[in-house]
Amino acid sequence: MAAITLTGLKKSYGNAHVIKGVDIAIEDGEFCVFVGPSGCGKSTLLRMIAGLEDITDGTLDIGGRVVNDLPPKDRGVAMVFQSYAIFPHMTVRENVAFGLTIAGDDKATKDAKVAEAARILQMEHLLDRRPSQLSGGQRQRVAIGRAIVRKPQVFLFDEPLSNLDAALRMDMRMEIGKLHKALGATMVYVTHDQVEAMTLADKIVVLKDGLVQQIGSPMDLYHNPANEFVAGFLGAPSMNFLEVEVVSANGDKAVVRNAALDPVEVPVRVGSAQPGQRARLGIRPQYLAPTPDTEPGQLHGTVMLTERLGSETVVEVQLRDKTPLIAALTRDAVFALGTPVNLGFDPAMTHLFAD
Amino acid sequence: MASKFQRSNRTGWLMAGPAGLLIAGFVILPFFFAFALSFTNQRLISPNPTEFTGLANYRQLLGMAVLTVDPVVDAAGAVVLKDGVPEYPAIRSFTRNNPDYPHLQGMREWTSFTWGDSRTYILARDVVFLTAIVNTFIFVIVVAPVQAGLALGLALLINQRLRGINLFRAIYFMPVVVSIVVVSLLWRFIYDGNSGLLNNLLGAISFGAIPQIDWLGNPSTALGAIIAMSIWQAVGFHMVIWLSGLQTISPTLYEAGAIEGASKWQTFRYITWPGLRNTAVLVLIVITMQAFALFAQIDVMTSGGPLDSTQTIVFQAIERGYGKQDISGGSAISVILFVIVLTISLIQRWLTRERT
Ligand SMILES: Nc1ncnc2c1ncn2[C@@H]1O[C@H](COP(=O)(O)OP(=O)(O)OP(=O)(O)O)[C@@H](O)[C@H]1O
Ligand SMILES: [Mg+2]
Repeated sequence: MAAITLTGLKKSYGNAHVIKGVDIAIEDGEFCVFVGPSGCGKSTLLRMIAGLEDITDGTLDIGGRVVNDLPPKDRGVAMVFQSYAIFPHMTVRENVAFGLTIAGDDKATKDAKVAEAARILQMEHLLDRRPSQLSGGQRQRVAIGRAIVRKPQVFLFDEPLSNLDAALRMDMRMEIGKLHKALGATMVYVTHDQVEAMTLADKIVVLKDGLVQQIGSPMDLYHNPANEFVAGFLGAPSMNFLEVEVVSANGDKAVVRNAALDPVEVPVRVGSAQPGQRARLGIRPQYLAPTPDTEPGQLHGTVMLTERLGSETVVEVQLRDKTPLIAALTRDAVFALGTPVNLGFDPAMTHLFAD
Repeated sequence: MASKFQRSNRTGWLMAGPAGLLIAGFVILPFFFAFALSFTNQRLISPNPTEFTGLANYRQLLGMAVLTVDPVVDAAGAVVLKDGVPEYPAIRSFTRNNPDYPHLQGMREWTSFTWGDSRTYILARDVVFLTAIVNTFIFVIVVAPVQAGLALGLALLINQRLRGINLFRAIYFMPVVVSIVVVSLLWRFIYDGNSGLLNNLLGAISFGAIPQIDWLGNPSTALGAIIAMSIWQAVGFHMVIWLSGLQTISPTLYEAGAIEGASKWQTFRYITWPGLRNTAVLVLIVITMQAFALFAQIDVMTSGGPLDSTQTIVFQAIERGYGKQDISGGSAISVILFVIVLTISLIQRWLTRERT
């Protein structure tokens, strides 16, 4: 079948080392998402899997075959591009049937397969149009249609939704999720949108500067980030990091404090804490909640800005030591600007990064 | 912010003025002049007043007739054979002062063929001009596809990321920069009948088996020689146009093609060629127009000879108008050329129209 294994994969352009040794095992039928900031090498890695970029070093194995030196067509992959890459002079039908035409299939076979793809993607009524007569979402459907019609073992998506508006992006995201369930093929999906990553993925690969930061299921990465980068990258709004001082340490627990934070005992997730050491305490905005004045608050600051999003209210607080903090409050809490506020949190849900 | 000058309409007209005046004086005005003069008997320099002669010039240029004659028979009605072939009455007897054939007066034989016993002559009032038209069409029909095809081939070869590719681009483009007059002069040496480069080259590679040919002095090779040189000279120009067309095709389309497994030929057929549609129309129309205007090569290399084998329409127009001072005849030729080119352009546009 079509598991994909990347072993020590490297890519250099002259002296520019873009992919610096990547090991990833993607199982057959898995939906694997590569996320990372712009320029981290997501597209390059995907294109190496596709065969559009040479592999400088390492091995790439698709379905039990080392495919390093095979051209794209012999790797059994289909790809959907960010810019759609559909052929402007062909009708939708001809575009979708392109791979079959190339393979020399007869007209009846082509018509049947195109009809099936069109049904899955709900675009039967578009088949005789030209790409110039389609909206962005419809074009992307055509591109996906061209990919699924050959029934490949592996689908590669390079930011397929980033040219679409927010509403359409959500629709298409759900459709791609359904498509994966329906086809059961291995899918590798590149995005820098962490919502797409969280919602679609069986497995997320977080990349930075050509190196894998962490691989795991979405919830695993969310709750147990391996480092500050992963912790800050996943989740919206992103995690707050407070500079703290370790007061005492005891195995996997440590007591930390700073000018705005009352001493509190938190679990040590990464590294080992020594008393007197400086460390960073990560708290997700969602785990912060205002505590009444009478209770001893754990974080003390002043409200700088509130944004009501309906489902939650995002509050920007300036802590006593002048560092900013974001809290996402579920209640319809209303705060006047400049009012002092105490925020409490569950110490078990924090992440102490000591190194 | 647009400056005051950029917003002023008057400044715009003033700036376009000099060029506009020149175009009006040397292109638009002569164009209408040519139309008007072609209906007169105007000569370049002449003491006689100009007279309106209607279509006389056109009749003179394009007048043609077909004459079928039977072989000469003896008193018994048997065909007279001369050296084993039938004899036919002389054409001159029909075209010179023959009251029975007034419409053939002054015509000359252009070509003839035998059909059964009788022989059919195609007569023309102006045989040289007819030859010029045929030569021009041969030139266009050979040059347009061959030059466009070669230019596309070069463009495809050169549209690769290779080291030193710019050197090749420059080399192929070089003949375009050199004046066609200079190129023609140089190629006269190449085609020279005695020690020309081409003859030496052919001699060397065939170890002397290929005889020395006077390429420009031989009626059967002269036009071909000029065609070859003309294709070589302008191929770089059209290569650059194709190249610009090639670069408008998005690289991701090629990547999509590669993923779908398109071979080199399929990539060209399904991605490159459709992407070059508009360029193809442009290249074809430009080559056709340039080819119809064939003049400088002829003037420098053969002056229409040998035996009128390289006469062309424009060469005839100049030859008539200035050489023979028959400016109205030359004008009529220009108008005929205009009509031909216009018709062909319209047909090309119609054939290459966007079909929906
Ligand atoms: N042909 C090339 N030559 C040199 N460097 C390149 C080349 N192509 C890509 N790079 C570099 O490789 C790095 C990774 O590029 P890549 O396109 O994979 O990033 P990405 O993660 O997909 O970013 P984005 O989210 O912006 O698409 C970038 O720093 C880029 O500058
Ligand atoms: Mg990218």
